[in-house]
Amino acid sequence: MTAVPARRPWSGRIPGAAAAVIALAAFVLAWKALVVVTGYPPFIMPPPEQVAARFVSAWADGTIAPHALRTLYEVLLGFGVGAGLALVAGYALARLPLAERLLSPYLVAAQATPILALSPLLALWFGPGLTAKIVICALIVFFPVAIATMVGVRAVDARLLELARSLRATRWQIVTTLEIPAALPAIFGGLRVGVTLAVVGAIVGEWSGADRGLGLLVNLARGSLFDIPLLFATLLTVALLGIVLYAIVVLVERTLVGAR
Amino acid sequence: MTGPTATPRTAAPVAAGRIDLRDIAVTFPTGRGERLTALDGIDLTIEPGQVVALIGPNGSGKSTLLRVVAGLLVPDRGEVAIDGTKIDGPDRRVGLVFQEPRLLVWRTTASNIEYPLELAGVEGAVRRARVAALLAIVGLEAAASQIPSQLSGGMRQRAALARTLALEPQVLLLDEPFSALDELTRERLNLELLEITARTPTTILLVTHSVQEAIFLADRVVVLSARPGRVVADIAVNLARPRTLGDLDASVVGATAQTVRAHLGEAAA
Repeated sequence: MTAVPARRPWSGRIPGAAAAVIALAAFVLAWKALVVVTGYPPFIMPPPEQVAARFVSAWADGTIAPHALRTLYEVLLGFGVGAGLALVAGYALARLPLAERLLSPYLVAAQATPILALSPLLALWFGPGLTAKIVICALIVFFPVAIATMVGVRAVDARLLELARSLRATRWQIVTTLEIPAALPAIFGGLRVGVTLAVVGAIVGEWSGADRGLGLLVNLARGSLFDIPLLFATLLTVALLGIVLYAIVVLVERTLVGAR
Repeated sequence: MTGPTATPRTAAPVAAGRIDLRDIAVTFPTGRGERLTALDGIDLTIEPGQVVALIGPNGSGKSTLLRVVAGLLVPDRGEVAIDGTKIDGPDRRVGLVFQEPRLLVWRTTASNIEYPLELAGVEGAVRRARVAALLAIVGLEAAASQIPSQLSGGMRQRAALARTLALEPQVLLLDEPFSALDELTRERLNLELLEITARTPTTILLVTHSVQEAIFLADRVVVLSARPGRVVADIAVNLARPRTLGDLDASVVGATAQTVRAHLGEAAA
């Protein structure tokens, strides 16, 4: 029998980090090769070093920062509202048969309607301000989190519920000490999907009218500014924003769920 | 002797934990709209501090009867009373140990044992002291901060037993608690169970499949018939306490086992 160490030693983690660096290098090299081989002009396909330089300069001169902050703000608020409502709805869907029968058709219909098509309507209703973006973010986050919560709560072992009942737990105690902790891994599965979708939601919302945000900057860079390296730098920022938020969710998940 | 008069044993607080089962009947719905009778007319009185083993063929409703006493299942007919008060739901005086440990996998051993105290709203300092005592009783001090997936099967069931003891029940219900464990672990845990429950007077009703285990643990062995479950025999075990594993070779054990087996034979028929 081989002893399995409880925690991987540092040396065991380095290959993972190294693999990530190698993958990134390969991606950049492939990009560069594509530019060299095809000979596309920079306004179609700027080479990686030009995008990197523009990324640094646009952050340094304050071109990106205010837009990125606005988008981050929209994402956080929209994700908070959407995920919060989804947790409650997901629980209700799991435990109240009537709620599922009444709500699920609307839920699926809302999910099946492309958010891209819904966005102009929401902009019309809520105006060009923050509200429309938060609504779009919340809408797009809602479905995966609600479904994950529903599945997670339904999967709670009935035998544990019987245990709690034998210990005279109240309804609320069962929710807080049993159902939520037990469903947490599933819920975090939904939150991981939700947080990346929230970024998409914010960008889509900004496309339908905004005075600030990364979505607006994308439009500006390819339109009136016609600064394609800036367009790429903005897309890079959007991607990084998604990665960082996703990483935060994973980190919180590790803290809350831990080893089981 | 001129010293203070010896305190008579009877001066201890009035023994509590008497179980009265009166004409208990339980039915379950079947798929086809009919009802299946699991238990029919169970009458049983268990004196405070007595240990009673329920034994019977599969489907004799042993676990069902335990759930009725635990207040988890409302019988279709009849009633259960503990010390004269009717059971109409889970009761703090009753503790139930399930067939499986049913530990919360995200909690440590200590935290699992603390769980019932937490639910009951027991104050933090009292809780911690009680958990420390329970960990010592079941010999899990070293595993206090481990999570269930790090424990062996025997340790998990010990933790489950400690959890049930946390609220100091007067009636302890055991649903084949060690049946999933290997023979040796099972014997050791049975011995420990005897030691633990000898310290605090507890009425015990336990379900088992093993005649030997029933005789070793119990003062009375109650044999239930195949579905619908009825009491077919109520056999006293005349074996002095404290008991040791060596007692299993005593002739009275063999004789009692024969009687129980004879009744089990007629129960299955």
